[in-house]
Amino acid sequence: MDLHYTPEHEMVRKMVRDFAEQEIAPTIKEHDREQSFDRGLLNKMAEQGLLGICLPVKYGGAGMDYIALGIACEELERVDTSARVILSVHVGLNSMTLLQWATEEQKERYLVPQAMGERIATYGLTEPNAGSDVAGLQTTARRDGDRYILNGEKMWISLADVADQFLIFAYTDKAAKHRGISAFIVEREFPGVETGTIHGKLGVRAGNSGSISLQDVAVPVANRLGEEGEGFKIAMSALDNGRYTVAWGSVGLIRACIEASVRYANERHTFGVPIGEHQLVQQMIAQMVQRRDIGELLCLKAGWLKNEGRRNTRETSMAKWYCCDAAFDSAADAVQVHGAYGYSDEYDVERYLRNSKGAVIYEGSREIHTIMQAQYALGYREDRPLRCEMPAYDLDEWEAEA
Amino acid sequence: MPLLIIDEQACIGCGACVDVCPFAALEMIDDIAVVNDNCTACSACLEVCPVDALSLPERQAEAPGAVDSYRGVWVWVEQFNGQASSISWEMMGQGRLLANQLGVSLTACVLGENAHPLAEEAIAYGADRVFLAEDPTLRVYRTEPYSKILYALVREHRPEIFLLGASSRGRDLAGSVATDLYTGLTADCTGLEIDPETRLLRQTRPAYGGNIMATILTPHHRPQMATVRHRVFEVPARDPARQGQIVPVSVSLSENDIVTRVVDFIVEEEEVNLADARIIVAGGRGVSGSEGFEPLRELAHVLNGAVGASRAAVDAGWIPYAHQVGQTGRTVRPDLYIACGISGAIQHRAGMSTARVIVAINKDPEAPIFDVATYGIVGDLFQVVPALTAQFRRKLRT
Amino acid sequence: MLTALGGDQIARMSAVHVRRKNLHAIVCIKSVPDTTEVRFNPETNTLMRDEVESIINPFDTYAIEEALRLKEAHGGKVTVLTMGPPKAEKELREAVAMGCDEAIFLSAREFAGSDTWATAYTLAQAIRRIGAYDIIFCGKQAMDGDTGQVGPGVANQLEIPQLTYVFKVREIDLEGRSIQVERLLEEGREVVETRLPALLTVVKDINQPRYPTFRGIRTARRLEIPVWGAAEIEAAPQYLGLDGSPTQVIRVFTPPKREGRVEMIDGDSVDAMADALADRLLGDKVV
Repeated sequence: MDLHYTPEHEMVRKMVRDFAEQEIAPTIKEHDREQSFDRGLLNKMAEQGLLGICLPVKYGGAGMDYIALGIACEELERVDTSARVILSVHVGLNSMTLLQWATEEQKERYLVPQAMGERIATYGLTEPNAGSDVAGLQTTARRDGDRYILNGEKMWISLADVADQFLIFAYTDKAAKHRGISAFIVEREFPGVETGTIHGKLGVRAGNSGSISLQDVAVPVANRLGEEGEGFKIAMSALDNGRYTVAWGSVGLIRACIEASVRYANERHTFGVPIGEHQLVQQMIAQMVQRRDIGELLCLKAGWLKNEGRRNTRETSMAKWYCCDAAFDSAADAVQVHGAYGYSDEYDVERYLRNSKGAVIYEGSREIHTIMQAQYALGYREDRPLRCEMPAYDLDEWEAEA
Repeated sequence: MPLLIIDEQACIGCGACVDVCPFAALEMIDDIAVVNDNCTACSACLEVCPVDALSLPERQAEAPGAVDSYRGVWVWVEQFNGQASSISWEMMGQGRLLANQLGVSLTACVLGENAHPLAEEAIAYGADRVFLAEDPTLRVYRTEPYSKILYALVREHRPEIFLLGASSRGRDLAGSVATDLYTGLTADCTGLEIDPETRLLRQTRPAYGGNIMATILTPHHRPQMATVRHRVFEVPARDPARQGQIVPVSVSLSENDIVTRVVDFIVEEEEVNLADARIIVAGGRGVSGSEGFEPLRELAHVLNGAVGASRAAVDAGWIPYAHQVGQTGRTVRPDLYIACGISGAIQHRAGMSTARVIVAINKDPEAPIFDVATYGIVGDLFQVVPALTAQFRRKLRT
Repeated sequence: MLTALGGDQIARMSAVHVRRKNLHAIVCIKSVPDTTEVRFNPETNTLMRDEVESIINPFDTYAIEEALRLKEAHGGKVTVLTMGPPKAEKELREAVAMGCDEAIFLSAREFAGSDTWATAYTLAQAIRRIGAYDIIFCGKQAMDGDTGQVGPGVANQLEIPQLTYVFKVREIDLEGRSIQVERLLEEGREVVETRLPALLTVVKDINQPRYPTFRGIRTARRLEIPVWGAAEIEAAPQYLGLDGSPTQVIRVFTPPKREGRVEMIDGDSVDAMADALADRLLGDKVV
């Protein structure tokens, strides 16, 4: 039992904090207001090695563990959610899924450039008519010799416009329902791939979200990830990692709420005293701190299980569920602490509030996680071993050169 | 050896020392005060202990008497291109007071080429005696020759106090001379007083970006050296009729013996010299962009002042770092500091709170900048600043 | 006589001033409290010290960066050196994570309580022990003490030239043993050259320090950092720590509050307020 962060974790935290404060914070308001995605930020994150943070050095990664990934997400979202989203989709949902399921050839070809940040990756599961209801997918993949022909429409895909490689889920056998879904690595350069941008989002306005349209896209059989029909399991295992990054990010957002609120509560005076002396303000701040501590512990538990190579679907779901709700509540309180100033974009807390709502919906809505936890408790649900499990973190193996 | 000696028998576990320690170096373990590695021997805890359980170890001292053979107050007169910097005369004023209190003479050290006029100036500003070292090798300040000459003068004439300006050159020189002399040097002082009982110089300086002040002594080494912060002391009245003695110092330096050469000096147009500005108009987060500094520049222009900025504005890229005032920028002490749209974080206040008059213009009536301001206006800087500029245009013309 | 000396000392004597092609830079850093996080308790007027992390003195990060850039340009290595309590080792590892190759940690009870003189002496002794070098880098001053005196002190102890407030390293000639830099002074930039080895203190404008890298963090994790005490650096005990420090802090206090309260200027219009303010300032004779 050891809840200490290692010196390396502390160094990662400081590195990412400095990075976020210097590279993201100065311009984030502008990007948020203009709904513009900072492509240069991706390059900087790549250069810094963040896009391969928890991947083995031999695959072009940084060789850190899964807790370091979480810390990076926390520190990025402490400044803005849009930056954490990059790690969630590129690392959590895509690269870690390749690490878990891909063949050596696929890893060489796709994972290595992703880990080095040379190619940006995202994850295409959600569709206009299929979110929580994964079986409602309409995208299809028809086998045609040594290739598949993909057709369909993906929606609410983070980094859709900037990604070079997509992990696409499609039916190879609609009749088999969950067991008829397969996963494919699709390159932007494949003919028939088009992407579009979604504007007018409530939050994460500095992030890129969009749609992917697939029209008779020919994908080599070699690009199928896992076996035919294994797509649903792959998609769910990817969510174990995506949700993990979202949970950690939410802890960072709570942290930002606390810092802003404490600063303001010490500065702002009403009725002749700093507002921090008013007990109802204290209550809000105390609750934020409580949520941060609980959230961090839940995330650490999930991260520890990942480092150990143990199944963590339930624990990750719990962390994601709790942290995202807690971040939303904390952001609402932070706006309240700031009063009318919090309601204007002169302060950051209104952005925190807008940014915090999305995560209560995506990567398993609050309702999905509630039901999952109930099902675990009632014995309606259990996690069976997978053909490919997420590998445990092994320091020597992760740091070994190719 | 621990820095703080705690008498465990005497300690009553009241925790008073823990509360006052600025460095988190004390904690209570089993109702006894325990000191850790954070201790800097600052002595803050000694006076609060109700039972005198705390003490600092005895220090080895120079033989008594050696210290008493040092007498007199010295000031180094810093010059650039034959012009003395104002800090030199500021120190001359304070040096005069210290010398009078001690009943000793005030000596100026003037080094340069053709620096005789400066020696006379030094007398006009209060020196009783001037050591004047003139030589081509001393035309431009360089550490090595300046340090050698001052070292030799101190060794020979044994002053008890030696003040230098806390300027780039002053700090460069003081660090070198004090090391050679093996004596104490207190940098960047904002307060200098004589303890009448001990004749010791009480040197007070800010630390931790002005969050705390420390008073420092050099009890057993001489001279007591200090560098003095710019614009803390007033320039004394100049009296051209004052009489004093100019003592030429023979310089036996050859250019060949000096390893460092000054090749060039680049004075840039638009060089921001916040340290010397009498009026600074500064902008912060509230100016909202680089073009937001325009009205501030206009006001500064009308007042013949300089433009400053908070770290927030510099970090946002609205204005270059050279304009930054505060703990990580310049420390300034102008006559007038007009803070526009600056909330007044402690790090910023550390760099400007000693300005004579501070004006705060801010939309937020609760902004901490108002705590240090002389005058405050709650309002939109984009309205207030142009209005102020217009008023000064009108009033200064007539 | 040589036989009377230890192997270490012989190596040291022969190593200094040898012409070399590869750079050896030594960077002196200090671990300081992260003052951007230091909060002040307005009620008690004391520092709120919970959760105050220590960091590399921000000015020293520019020194590290400049050393690393020279190493990248000329080949060679960078050694980072600090003196401090045990927890300061963290800052050395971070410097290694930025790219420094070796680290030396001066940490011993007898160093505690050092003022600038004793600190400079201790660092200089350690540098003598390290051996041959071309440049020593320091930040222009520490964030906590703000003295800026240790760099000149070290140069003086080692009897090498000092170039303070360096804004730009223009040229360095490792074989010809010379360096030309620009120094940032009040009136402008002074271009100055001297011989190597030399000690440079650098200002913030000189560069933009890099972030630590993951490769660096992996190296830092495995690097063994020697810890030196008084014996290892052959220091004279009377020059160390509190005993070796000529200065003595006798009082620490919080600065007095500014006298008087702010006078708020009200008015019916912005012009009226500006008019009133301008009159006050003219009356105060600050304009």
